[in-house]
Amino acid sequence: MDRFLFLTLDGVSTGAVYAAFALALVLIWRAARLVNFAQGAMAVATAYVGYAVVSATGSYWLGLGAAVLAGLALGALVERVLMRFVGHANPLGDVIVALGLVLLIQAVLGMVFGNEYRPTAVPFDTDALTVGGIAAMSPYDLWVLGAVVVVVALLALLFTRTSLGLRMRASAFAPEVSRLLGVQVSRMLTVGWALAAAVGALAGMLVVPTGLGLHPHAMDLVFVIAFTAAVVGGLDSPAGAVVGGLLVGLILSYVTGYLGPDTTPLAVLVLLLAVLLVRPGGLFSGPRARHV
Amino acid sequence: MTATRPSEVPTERPPAAPSALRRLLPGAPGSGTVGGSTLLRHLIVAVLAGTAVVLLTNQLPPYQNLQVARVGAFLCVTAGYTVLVGLNGQLSLGHGALMATGAYTVALVQQALADRAVQGRWILPLSLLLAAGVTAAVGLAIGLAAARLRGPYLAGVTLAVATLVPAITTIFTDVFNGEQGLRFPAETPPASLGAYFQPERWLAWVALLAALVTMVLMANLVRSRFGRSLRAVRDDEVAARLAGIPVARTQVLAFVVSAACAGLGGGVYAVLTGTVAPGKFALELSLFLLMAIVIGGLGSLAGAVWGAVLLVALQDLPSLLTETFTLPSGLARRLEGNLALAVFGLTLVVVMLAAPGGLQGAARDLLARLGARRRHPSR
Amino acid sequence: MTAILEVDELSSGYGPVPVLRDVTFEVPTGTVTAILGANGAGKTTLLRTLSGLLRPTTGRVRFDGEDLRGVPVERLVRRGLAHVPEGRGVVAELTVEENLRLGGLWRRDRADARRAQDEVYQLFDPLARRRRHAGHQLSGGERQMLALGRALIARPRLLLLDEPSLGLAPRVSGQIMTLLRQLCDGSGLTVLLVEQNVRSALGIADQGVVMSLGRVVMATPAAQLRDDEQLRHAYLGF
Ligand SMILES: Nc1ncnc2c1ncn2[C@@H]1O[C@H](COP(=O)(O)OP(=O)(O)O)[C@@H](O)[C@H]1O
Ligand SMILES: [Mg+2]
Repeated sequence: MDRFLFLTLDGVSTGAVYAAFALALVLIWRAARLVNFAQGAMAVATAYVGYAVVSATGSYWLGLGAAVLAGLALGALVERVLMRFVGHANPLGDVIVALGLVLLIQAVLGMVFGNEYRPTAVPFDTDALTVGGIAAMSPYDLWVLGAVVVVVALLALLFTRTSLGLRMRASAFAPEVSRLLGVQVSRMLTVGWALAAAVGALAGMLVVPTGLGLHPHAMDLVFVIAFTAAVVGGLDSPAGAVVGGLLVGLILSYVTGYLGPDTTPLAVLVLLLAVLLVRPGGLFSGPRARHV
Repeated sequence: MTATRPSEVPTERPPAAPSALRRLLPGAPGSGTVGGSTLLRHLIVAVLAGTAVVLLTNQLPPYQNLQVARVGAFLCVTAGYTVLVGLNGQLSLGHGALMATGAYTVALVQQALADRAVQGRWILPLSLLLAAGVTAAVGLAIGLAAARLRGPYLAGVTLAVATLVPAITTIFTDVFNGEQGLRFPAETPPASLGAYFQPERWLAWVALLAALVTMVLMANLVRSRFGRSLRAVRDDEVAARLAGIPVARTQVLAFVVSAACAGLGGGVYAVLTGTVAPGKFALELSLFLLMAIVIGGLGSLAGAVWGAVLLVALQDLPSLLTETFTLPSGLARRLEGNLALAVFGLTLVVVMLAAPGGLQGAARDLLARLGARRRHPSR
Repeated sequence: MTAILEVDELSSGYGPVPVLRDVTFEVPTGTVTAILGANGAGKTTLLRTLSGLLRPTTGRVRFDGEDLRGVPVERLVRRGLAHVPEGRGVVAELTVEENLRLGGLWRRDRADARRAQDEVYQLFDPLARRRRHAGHQLSGGERQMLALGRALIARPRLLLLDEPSLGLAPRVSGQIMTLLRQLCDGSGLTVLLVEQNVRSALGIADQGVVMSLGRVVMATPAAQLRDDEQLRHAYLGF
């Protein structure tokens, strides 16, 4: 029972990171109708920037800020320089370009920083606190959870309460009409990418110290998990991404806890296939049928 | 002035959307002769190509022959892969895992036979056939799911498959021996070739034979009725269904065929070293394969050859570089591996943005443009 | 009388085949001009080319005497040209309020944008009652009101309307036509109206431009099309 509780709490905190990652995927999907397969690699790149700043300045918070800023810049850059120019004639074009970017980013990281694991500093204790004799969350887990909650809340505010959010939503739903109403749709697309990459950067900073370690490939599996989370929630639904992330985090925590860490990739695949084959629009899909 | 106005010039109807995709995908002949004559032509070309390369291998030192053999192994994979992605429009990222399936099959079969002290020249072809068969079965499983998935969803699922290899080898560590992987007896040239026959030359022959068989089969498949179904399904599923093509079955079959090729290629790849280990079949391998078929031109078998050659050649780039220039050892170590990765990634991005038809498509466009200029000198 | 819009030898289309061919006509300031013609005549294509959604292959469009070539779509509304597209373009996922706000986001004068929004609610009180409803919950008539109101928030000088009465009950479409006429007479708005419903369009129009197969076959005072039976027969088929 104690173990179950521990795994549940652990699942919630890793699930929060997956939720943030899935949210980043959903942001780009809604803005551009494409899955950013480079999301993981981009997050690793910004995590390198972040932790380089941490070790240079000794301040975790400066590093976190640097990573998020780097995410904004990288996201905007990728959209402006690459994704904008992918032809629409081949429906696979954007996936292929993103995968090329994955190789490129990982190679550059390997050349600049080396392929070894690098230690990462964390601002909070990663040992679990014991509450009433039961090992519960660590302070670091609480920080992760809190950070993701704040980000989700900020994004919700941005999209529902600000005119930038309204512009972004309108551009995603009806680009042509939005242009006729004076919205600079292509700029909104860039903003969407920047925002998504910044969220991804934050998620990367949060997830790297939790057992992954900083490494060019640190996010390979995390990306697949986040994709699964986004699919579970439905690629169109930001709220679904959050719920999907938590759900996948929990399931994987139980699987890892009871069956061993090696089974994780298998569990991810099974989960992904199950959702896609049974409920292709995601668990929270509305009545509108979507083409998968 | 008026003469240049488009409205005055009789032009063709605008191409429908699907044919825009078709333009992207070279090596998609609209019509081709079906039947024995095509097979014969392909066989003749294959025999000529095979003879040329065999003659070449006689001149090459061992390492280069091993390179030729690697090209052969990859060509088996890229030929089937480009048919699936280019001609059928299904983007799989799991072909590295399919290669692993073939490689482990060969290793397990050969190991089992060696343990029982079974010997014979038939072991190699048998194990390769089994590699293709087992991988085809795995491909069937993935293909059945894939037929219900589209675009990024299929890419995501197969990406998950690609990350599976190390996990599976660790979970079933009794069978696959985890990270260490498996060893099996090295392939040796037959005695009839003489005692001093270069082993690498024999490996090159084996790989080339497998590649030629694959190429001939794929070339015929592309021009067959099934090949036309593949393209029809890619271009417009609804139209294909209306035309009486069983869409799902076509997609599944495409996956099976492609998987069989990947399994054969993976099996040959294992034979070249006599070892298999999960590290060789990481996610990167799938991306390398994708780069190979994209740079050649999606859907083009000639492009698959380009791709396989470049895949092997570019992987050697860093060592060539570090040998040519004396680099500090730290830098050399970082460049090693990563440089090839960077080149592959950059290639994927640049080709997809600048020449989505790949080398084969770019060459064809260039020829077409030159031809057009000759006909309309004013433009 | 000056022309707010001058269209000169305009051609455009989708891909290599031209749809519009050498279209030439003028829209006098403060008038209602009706573009008439059968399905597929190129009316929508004309409006899309005027507002820059389609790039003309040849020809010129002048708005207020200024050449519109190279002016991006999203800047036209800032110059005073509003386009209500075919099918109305209500963003179904956004609420009525959000749709209206969207129409005024580009405006510097926030106070006037708010004022314009209130005016729209006064003009169309069904919208005022459904502020929080999503676009897809509205009836056809309400959607048309929303699309029209949203365009008016930009305080345009020229309004391009693509089949506003499509799918509406005759009474509702009649109301909209009357409103357009009133806006024209009251505030000096110029309207370029594409309509299938020839009678109601001619009822309020000053000028009729008849298109066929991508060409302008006649541009004449609307009264003449209304009254001259022979002309109507020849060009409009009734
Ligand atoms: N997106 C498009 N692609 C290709 N052709 C089109 C497209 N839209 C319209 N057309 C063609 O352009 C012609 C004019 O269409 P349109 O401008 O919509 O006519 P109208 O609005 O007068 O009914 C028609 O022949 C139609 O087939
Ligand atoms: Mg129309």
